[in-house]
Amino acid sequence: MYFHYANILVFLLAGMGFVFLNMVLGSLVRPQRKTAEGLEAYECGETAIGEGWFRFDIRYYTVALVYIVFAVEIAFLFPWARVLKQAYAEEGLGAAALVEGVMFVAILLLGLAYVWVKGDLNWVKTYQLEREQRLAAQRRQAGVKEAA
Amino acid sequence: MERAAPSPGLLQPGQREIELDVRTQDVEINMGPQHPSTHGVLRVLIRADGEIVTAAQSHLGYLHRCAEKIGENVDWLQYLPYTDRYDYLAAMNNNLGYSLAVEKLLGIEVPPRGQYLRTLIVELNRIASHLIAFGTYGLDIGAFTPFFYAFRERELLLDIFEKICGARLTYSFIRPGGVFNDAPPGWLQHVEDFCRQFEKKWPEYWDLLVENKIFIERTANVGIIPRDLAIAWGCTGPMLRGSGVDWDLRRDQPYLVYDRLEFKVITGVGYRGTVGDCFDRNYVRMLEMVESLKMVRQCLDQMPEGEVSHPDVGLIIRPAPGEAYVGIENPRGELGHYVVSDGSKIARRVRVRAPSFCNLSLVEHIMPGTMLADAVAIIGATDIVIGETDR
Amino acid sequence: MTDAPWFRPAVTILAAFGAMMSLAAGMTLVERKVSAFIQERHGPNRVGPFGLLQPLADLIKFVFKEELAPDRANPLLFLLAPALACLPAMATFAALPFGFLDGKPMVVANLDVGVLYVLAVGSLGVYGIILGGWASNNKYSLLGGLRASAQMVSYEISLVLSLVSVIAVSGSLNLSEIVLAQDQRWNVLVQPVAALVFLVTMFAETNRHPFDFAECEPELVGGFHTEYSGMRFALFFLGEYIAMVVMSGFMAVLFFGGCDVPFLAIAATPWWAGALAMVVKMGFFLLLYVWVRWTLPRFRYDQLMYLGWRVLLPLSLANLAVTGVVLALDRQGAAQ
Repeated sequence: MYFHYANILVFLLAGMGFVFLNMVLGSLVRPQRKTAEGLEAYECGETAIGEGWFRFDIRYYTVALVYIVFAVEIAFLFPWARVLKQAYAEEGLGAAALVEGVMFVAILLLGLAYVWVKGDLNWVKTYQLEREQRLAAQRRQAGVKEAA
Repeated sequence: MERAAPSPGLLQPGQREIELDVRTQDVEINMGPQHPSTHGVLRVLIRADGEIVTAAQSHLGYLHRCAEKIGENVDWLQYLPYTDRYDYLAAMNNNLGYSLAVEKLLGIEVPPRGQYLRTLIVELNRIASHLIAFGTYGLDIGAFTPFFYAFRERELLLDIFEKICGARLTYSFIRPGGVFNDAPPGWLQHVEDFCRQFEKKWPEYWDLLVENKIFIERTANVGIIPRDLAIAWGCTGPMLRGSGVDWDLRRDQPYLVYDRLEFKVITGVGYRGTVGDCFDRNYVRMLEMVESLKMVRQCLDQMPEGEVSHPDVGLIIRPAPGEAYVGIENPRGELGHYVVSDGSKIARRVRVRAPSFCNLSLVEHIMPGTMLADAVAIIGATDIVIGETDR
Repeated sequence: MTDAPWFRPAVTILAAFGAMMSLAAGMTLVERKVSAFIQERHGPNRVGPFGLLQPLADLIKFVFKEELAPDRANPLLFLLAPALACLPAMATFAALPFGFLDGKPMVVANLDVGVLYVLAVGSLGVYGIILGGWASNNKYSLLGGLRASAQMVSYEISLVLSLVSVIAVSGSLNLSEIVLAQDQRWNVLVQPVAALVFLVTMFAETNRHPFDFAECEPELVGGFHTEYSGMRFALFFLGEYIAMVVMSGFMAVLFFGGCDVPFLAIAATPWWAGALAMVVKMGFFLLLYVWVRWTLPRFRYDQLMYLGWRVLLPLSLANLAVTGVVLALDRQGAAQ
């Protein structure tokens, strides 16, 4: 059994060797002409505005949280799925296995429904429609005549 | 590590137009000038909160070549090649706009065959231009292949143009007084062959891109320009018609022989979303290609014999003092030329009303509240040519 | 020598590494050739006969390219990220069974928890992308990296759930045994919904079109690899292609019988025929990758999230529940 993991290690070492070799090989032959412009961060040919490390959208965090909850719960499903057939084959265990499994999935679905209703699955809304309606109302108030 | 403070902002400081439920740091991103989807060297400075655009500002001038000033320094006819270079995808239309303005100053009428040839070639050029718009819009949305198909068909058109005037991009074919030369033998047949080919290909484009589910998801209900907004900002062309305004200079202020041709003015109907969304603008362009094809066919049928140019217009033009404005329906909207003559062989003023420029001004207004990907879709649906916005 | 205990593993490792590299390198050529075919172009045809040596030419080009790193980037992570993107994909390849020789599977590591191993190691690939995006100190890269990570974790749940159904049907976590269990009937016939979910998620997990938000050039220029050039970029590239090869392999193994030749028992199949069948099936899905990329437009980011959380996840959960019930009914029917 552990022998197999040793195989993987050898395989991975081969991969690492390949990656390392490529990087080293390149560094021997490739040109090194570093210029101030070349070392700038790329921002479409303009000087970058501010830093590339900014505080990013909170929604990525929400997604990560929801993912962790689901991933951990789903991990429990693997042993269940592995023995499901055997459980059915044995007397008395089948019904319990089925009920437990379906209950577990139902709880997962419930969790999904909760997150869904709470709106955490909304990645980001496109706010344009709302904004257009608001602006249209403003225009009407300001008496901008609707052209034909 | 020391963090740079958020830049004071090249955008106007002020209230955010978009308020999200959770607010994070705004980040200012340059989109362009060297960017894959700003159609040249447009630079849009975008302020974004995560994926949402909260403000946008377009910066122009990276391709400014003083076209209008040059117009005040060269002969009337010498200016013609410069018109090719503002909207290089529809150079025939630019030639036509300038020529019509000069002809109005001169007060002359082009012979019928010249008029028909002009109409024919301008409509062919419109198809070529809309093909690019369609192809690059696919590219903006992420579909690569329609671009190549569009270029394949455009190639046929460029061959046709090359046969009649020798140039493939900057034609200078239509000139004050008429056209450069008559169609060479067999050329009209060549155009007819193209019509037959294109007729077969067009439904493929429609099915491949326009009716694609993902394409519809990406463009329908995105970047909506309401009718009143489109009028208020002076949009013209497919931008205006996409918002459901039934206005086309070819029908409403007919020039050339458009009053003798039958065609429909396509307006956006909210085919898959709301009237005035990005889908509708693309929809208008797609269907306009079919209408242009119809017009080309009619021109071929009605093509009279005779001269193609007015005999009195030579190389040196000296219009009587005065001024003239002529607006024509360019593939991107109303291309207006306002020319002033003081009676000499050099214009006093050549002013160009560039449709892309006016259409682009609206873009930064409709961008806030959309996602970054929508910003690209909006720029793409505007179908700008930087050569024209900057001139 | 051929009797030595190390002989077979050594040959397998060599063969697997060679197969992986040649498949990935071949895919770069196939991608360009097929895209050219779709777009009515010629594609690369100058290097070698029919452009067959193009991957080699690309490699030489990458080696000789200058490697630039922004001076404000994090140097260590910037250097590490390409390797991190490439290695997990390579490691998962080790669990792919290519057939049976002398009754033993032709695989680098015949793991009892093969499916878990693949999921665990395969999901590490996201680190390379997010670190590469973050270390570049570039806004496009950061956004690309974040998008990729959120997308990969979102789709991973549906991916895992579709696999749980397969495990329930096969009764094993060992990939070779899953193949053997499909001797009579491929899993795609038993689990069509899971196969569909897997098909969609495998595009998202490898960041391929129409879900390639990590690079997404119309918006983010180059996405997470905007600042990468030369060999480092090539490693990202290679990682993506190896991941594609691996995902196609798992699609074949889990749903299409792996090395099983239709109408032929696995035990009676010669090893080369099994390996050929496996490669043909993988090739089909690799072609599908390319075909989809050059045909469809790209989703918007919120639409991708919508599809992952609100369509695929409920679908795969429901599929799992139905699978449990059907298996129970099936067992009772067999008992009577």
